[in-house]
Amino acid sequence: MKPRVLIPVALGTNRDADLALAFNLAGAEAESVPLTALRSGERALSSYDVLALPGGFSYGDALGAGRLFGLDLASWFGDQLLEARDRGIPMFGVCNGFQALVRAGLLPGDGAAAVLTQNERHQFECRWVTLDACSSRSIWTRDLAEPLRCPVAHGEGRFISDDLAALEANDQVALRYVTANGDPADLNYPTNPNGSPGDVAGVCDPTGMILGLMPHPENHVLDRQNPLRGRDNLGNCLPLFKAGISALVSA
Amino acid sequence: MTQSLSRTQTADHALVVGPGHVSEGPDSPGDRARLFSLDVKKIEQYRLVHVLGDLSDADLQVIADRLVVDPVHQWWQHAGDHQPAGLVIETGLRPGVTDREGAELVRAAHELGLPVEAATFATRWVIEADLDDAEVEVLARRVLHNEVVERWALGALSPAFADPHAVEPFTQLVSVRGFDAAALAEVNRSRRLGLDPEEMVVIRDHFESVGREPTDGEIEMLAQTWSEHCAHKTFGGLIQTPDGEIDGLLKTFLRAATDTVNAPWVKSAFVDNAGIIRFDDDFDVAIKAETHNHPSALEPFGGANTGVGGVVRDILGVSAKPIAVTDILCFGPDDVDPADLPDGVLHPRQIRSGVIAGVGDYGNKIGVPNIAGAIIHDPAYTTTPLVFAGCLGLLPAGSNPTSSQPGDSIVVLGGAVGRDGVGGATFSSQTMGVETADVAGSSVQIGDPIVEKGLIDVVVAARDAKLYNAITDCGAGGLSSSVGEMAAVLGADVDLKLVERKYPGLAPWEVWLSEAQERMVLAAPDPAPILALAARWSVGAQVIGRFTGEGRMIVRNGEEVVIDIDCEFLHDGRPQRVMQAAALDLSRPARRTDLVVDPVDALLQLLAHPSIRSNEDVIRTYDHEVLGGTIVRPYAGVEGDGPADGTAVIPPGTNGERAVVLGIGVNALLGRLDPEAMAWHVIDEAVRNAVVAGADPHELSLLDNFAWGNPTDPDTLAGLVAACRGCHDAAVAFGAPFVSGKDSLYNVYVHEDGVADPVAPTLVITVMGLAKNLDTIPLTGVVSPGNAVYLVGPEAGALGGSHLDAVLGADNGGAVPAADPSAIERHHQLAAAIAAGLVRSAHDLSEGGLAVAAAEWAFAGRLGLAISCDSDPATLFGEGSGRYLVEVTPDDAAAFESTVSMSRRCGSITEGPDVVLGDLRVSLDQIRHAYVGGAQ
Repeated sequence: MKPRVLIPVALGTNRDADLALAFNLAGAEAESVPLTALRSGERALSSYDVLALPGGFSYGDALGAGRLFGLDLASWFGDQLLEARDRGIPMFGVCNGFQALVRAGLLPGDGAAAVLTQNERHQFECRWVTLDACSSRSIWTRDLAEPLRCPVAHGEGRFISDDLAALEANDQVALRYVTANGDPADLNYPTNPNGSPGDVAGVCDPTGMILGLMPHPENHVLDRQNPLRGRDNLGNCLPLFKAGISALVSA
Repeated sequence: MTQSLSRTQTADHALVVGPGHVSEGPDSPGDRARLFSLDVKKIEQYRLVHVLGDLSDADLQVIADRLVVDPVHQWWQHAGDHQPAGLVIETGLRPGVTDREGAELVRAAHELGLPVEAATFATRWVIEADLDDAEVEVLARRVLHNEVVERWALGALSPAFADPHAVEPFTQLVSVRGFDAAALAEVNRSRRLGLDPEEMVVIRDHFESVGREPTDGEIEMLAQTWSEHCAHKTFGGLIQTPDGEIDGLLKTFLRAATDTVNAPWVKSAFVDNAGIIRFDDDFDVAIKAETHNHPSALEPFGGANTGVGGVVRDILGVSAKPIAVTDILCFGPDDVDPADLPDGVLHPRQIRSGVIAGVGDYGNKIGVPNIAGAIIHDPAYTTTPLVFAGCLGLLPAGSNPTSSQPGDSIVVLGGAVGRDGVGGATFSSQTMGVETADVAGSSVQIGDPIVEKGLIDVVVAARDAKLYNAITDCGAGGLSSSVGEMAAVLGADVDLKLVERKYPGLAPWEVWLSEAQERMVLAAPDPAPILALAARWSVGAQVIGRFTGEGRMIVRNGEEVVIDIDCEFLHDGRPQRVMQAAALDLSRPARRTDLVVDPVDALLQLLAHPSIRSNEDVIRTYDHEVLGGTIVRPYAGVEGDGPADGTAVIPPGTNGERAVVLGIGVNALLGRLDPEAMAWHVIDEAVRNAVVAGADPHELSLLDNFAWGNPTDPDTLAGLVAACRGCHDAAVAFGAPFVSGKDSLYNVYVHEDGVADPVAPTLVITVMGLAKNLDTIPLTGVVSPGNAVYLVGPEAGALGGSHLDAVLGADNGGAVPAADPSAIERHHQLAAAIAAGLVRSAHDLSEGGLAVAAAEWAFAGRLGLAISCDSDPATLFGEGSGRYLVEVTPDDAAAFESTVSMSRRCGSITEGPDVVLGDLRVSLDQIRHAYVGGAQ
C-alpha cells in the first residue's frame, strides 16, 4: 500500500498541488485537505503516514509569514501533532510550511527560538538555487548523493535563531545554499538569496524526522522543469521525496 | 472587521515594534526623499499596531508575543513609551480600506480568547533631518504615504475605524423629468455619471414615459451599464470618416478578422469574459488581458494589484482555472524632474515601484505564475501611465455553462462590500485632471488576493460538480454590472439586505455599485452545495436573490424598492454614439543623410535604453515557477539573466505533451507616427516571440488591448481607426483570429490651464499559441561555439520611429517599418525548422534591430558571435518584421537551409568574449554593463 501524505491547506496556501505531484511521483498517495475539514473531523492526521506542509501565503502572510498557519496548527491540532511526532511520522514543511513549523515550535525543536524573517533585501525573490545536503541527521537529506537545484520564491526566508552554532553542532542544518560548483555561498547574493546566516536553507529537528526548507524542491521533480534543460539536467529533487517515503517504509 | 463597542473599558492600545528598518534601496523612502530634494539623513520605519479592546497588560503581552513580535530579533513597547530622537510622522490606512492584517489580528486574538474588538497596523517613521514645515509636508505627502488610501499625522495618528453606528441612507429620487439640456448636464456633472448628452435625453424621456422620477439606484445603474468601460460606446459607435462611415470598430475590424479567418481552434471569441481556445482533445484554454490605468496612476500598488485581480476573475468568469498571468507596463522616464510634475501626479519612479509591487503581490499570493510581460518607458506616459494585466486559464473542454435559468438563485461568492471603488466604471471612462486625486479617492481599491485564491478553489470545485448554470465576475460596476448582465434577458429580483457589508452606513445604491474586489456571481439551480463548498474553503457566500424570467431588474433593500427597471431599456435603450474621425496625415520626412552614428556607442546606449535594458530584477520579484508548469521563462540562459522572446507553460493537469506559448508585442514610438503600421509591427513582434518559444504559427490567437486618448477628438479617433484597420489586415494575413480584447480610452491628463496631455497611442498584442513538440523548443541564448548563425528575413530594417532615434534623441526622419504580409512565410519556415529539431537557439530582431538582438543572444549564452554584414545603421539597428537570428549545428545546416529558404548563413558562434557585426565589435563585459548595469 502506498504511504499516505496529508497536505493541509489554509486560506492562501497555493503550492499544495505542486507538493502532491512530487510525493505522488515519489510513490506516495498525497491528499490536499483544507484545515476546515481537519477541524470538522472529516479527515484526521492519525490516518496518514506523512505530514507535509505546503508553500503559499497562508492568511496573506498577515502578522508574519506562517504565523497564523502555525497558530492554527498549534491551537487546533497541537496534541495530534505531538502525538504524530512521537509516533515518528516524517514531517516536511516547504516555504510557508517551513515558516509554519517554526512558528508552531516543531522546528528547530527542543524549545530553540528561531524565526524566518524578511529577506535581507526586503523583497520577494524567485530564482533557481543550488542546495548542498549537509546533515546526516535528517532522514530526508542524509542519503542525497548530489546537490539539489530548485527555485526559491519567498519574501521572508532569512533563518535566524538564537543559537545557530548549537544547531550546526547538533547536525540540524540540513541544507545550505551553494554555488553551481558546490562552493559555499558565503552570504553572497544571489547564491544565498535571502541573507540567511550560515547560508541555511533548511533545518531538521533533533530526531531528524522533521525537515523544513525555504526552496521548492517540489518544483523540480521533472527534468522539463529545469531551466538549464538542454545544457545540463542536474539537480532533480525527486530523491528527496523518495527518501522521506522510504524512511517511513523502513521504519 | 467585526466590531462591537458595547464594553465599557474599551481603549486603543498602541504598540510599537522594533528594531526600526532603514531602507536605502531604489525607491526606498530615503531615495525618494532625495528625489524631492529633501535634506534627509535617515528614515527609520517602525511597525505600529493599534488594538481596540478591554485588555490587560497581560493580554497585551500575549498579543505581542503570539501575534505581533518575532522571537530572536524584535522587541515591543507601548507606543507612548517609545520616544525616539527625531521627527516622528505616523501613517495608516483610511477607514474602509482593505485591511487584511487588522482583520486577521482580530480573528487570531479571538482564537486565543482575547476580547479584541478591532485592530489595524500603521507605521511610525522616525526621521533625522532638518526640514521646514513645507518640506515636512512634502515628505509626508509625497514620500511616506499615498493619501488616496492612507492618512498621516505629525506625531501620533489616532486609528480610524469605520463608524459602527453609521446610519444607512434611504433611496432618493433624482429629478430629470422636464429638464432641458443644461439641467440634464448639471445632473450628469454633479453625480459624475459620465454619460453623453444624448443618453441623458433618452433617460429623461424614458422616465417621462414611465411617469415617475428615477431613483438614485436606477440612474447610477444606467450610468454604469452605459459607461464606456462596460458598453464600449466608442468601439460600438458609428464613426464618420472622410472615407465614409464605419459602423462599429469592433464589428468592422476585429470581429470581422475573426470571422474571415474562421479558425477551428476558436471555441468562443468576444462574447464572454475571455476568449476560449482549443488546447487538446480534453482541455480548452481561456485568455484575456485588461487595463487598469487610471487607478494605477493614483494609487500604483492598489491599482495594479486589483488590475491583476480583475483579469484573473475574468478567467474564472469563464469557468477556467488561472494558470499564468502577464503584465505590460508603460511609465514615464525615471529621471523626470519632480518640479515639472503637475500637482497630484506621482513621480514615474514611484508609480513604477508601486505598480511592480502590486502586480507581484497579487500573482504571488494567489499562486499563479507571472510568465510574460514588458516594461517600456516614454515621456508620453509620465502623466498617463499604463498597466496591462493578462491571464491564462485552463478548463475541461466545453465546461463553461453560460445560460442562467428562471428560478436560479443568485449566489455571490467572496468578500463583503464597502464604499470601495464606487463609480469606478464611470471614473475610468473620463479623463483625469488636477482634481482627480481628491474626488476619485473612493474609486481606487486595494486587493485581497487571499480571498481570490479561495474563489479559485471554490469555483473550480463547483464547475467540476456542475453546480451552476452561469457565472460571471464582479468587476467594474459591482453587482450592478455582473447581475445586470446575467439578468439582461431574464430579469432578476435582488434584496440588498442579503449582501454582506464591511461596515454600516452604505446607501443602497452604493451596495449595488460597490466594486469591492474578489467576488464572483453564480446562477445556481440549488445553492446549498455551493454554500457548503464555500464554507469548506473559508470563502464568504450569500444568496441575494433569483433570476425571474420576467424581464425586469428589481433591486430591493428590505421593504424599500431601490431599482425597478425594464431590462430591455437598461441594456438596449442606449442610443448609438456618433463620432467623427479626421483624415490622417502619415507623410514622413526623408531620412537625414548627414547623421553620424558611432555603432558601438549607439549599441551600448540602446542596450541601456529603459525599454530595452534588463528587467530581470523586476521579474525576480514575481513568482514564475509556482504550479510547476513553466518551461520557457522570461529570463533564462546560462546564468538565468538573458531575455527570452516568448514564454511557455505546460498547463498543470494536462498530459504534459503540449505547452501554451505566449508572445507579446508593444511599441511606444510608432503609434504617434503611423498607427496602422504600428498594429502590423506589434502583431509581428508578438508572433516572432511565440515562434521562438515553440508555437505553431498555423494555430495562433490574438488579444488586442488599446490604450488611447480622448476618442471625441477627431484626430485621436482617426488614429484609432487606422490601428484597428491594421489589426484586421494583419490578423487576416497571418491567419490569426482575435479572441478577446479591451479598449482603454480617455487616457488624457488635463493640466490646470486646460492643456491636454494625451497618452502615446498604444496597442498591446498578446499572441497565444501551442507548442506541440516540447523537445525541440530552442534554448534561450547561444549554446555551442562553432555552430552556424543564420539571419532570417531582410538584411536591413527601417529607422523611422526606431529605438535608434529614441537614443539619439530626435526623429531623424525616414519610413517607419512597413506592413509586411510576407513575414508570415518566414515565421512558418522557421517554425518548421524548429519542429524538425534543427534549431539550437534563436532570438528575434526587435527593438534596436540586429545589433541589440545579437548582443542579448550572445550575453544569454556567455559566448561570442561573429556575423558578417554591412555596418550602416539600417543594417545594425533598423527594425522590421519577420527577422530572426538562429543557431544551427554544422550537421543540420543543409537541412536548415532547405527548410528556411528566406535565410542567410551570416556567421558563427565563437568562444568569445566579443560580439562582432561587420565593423562593430563589443565585448560581453561591455554588453553586460550596458544591459544590466545601465539601470540608472
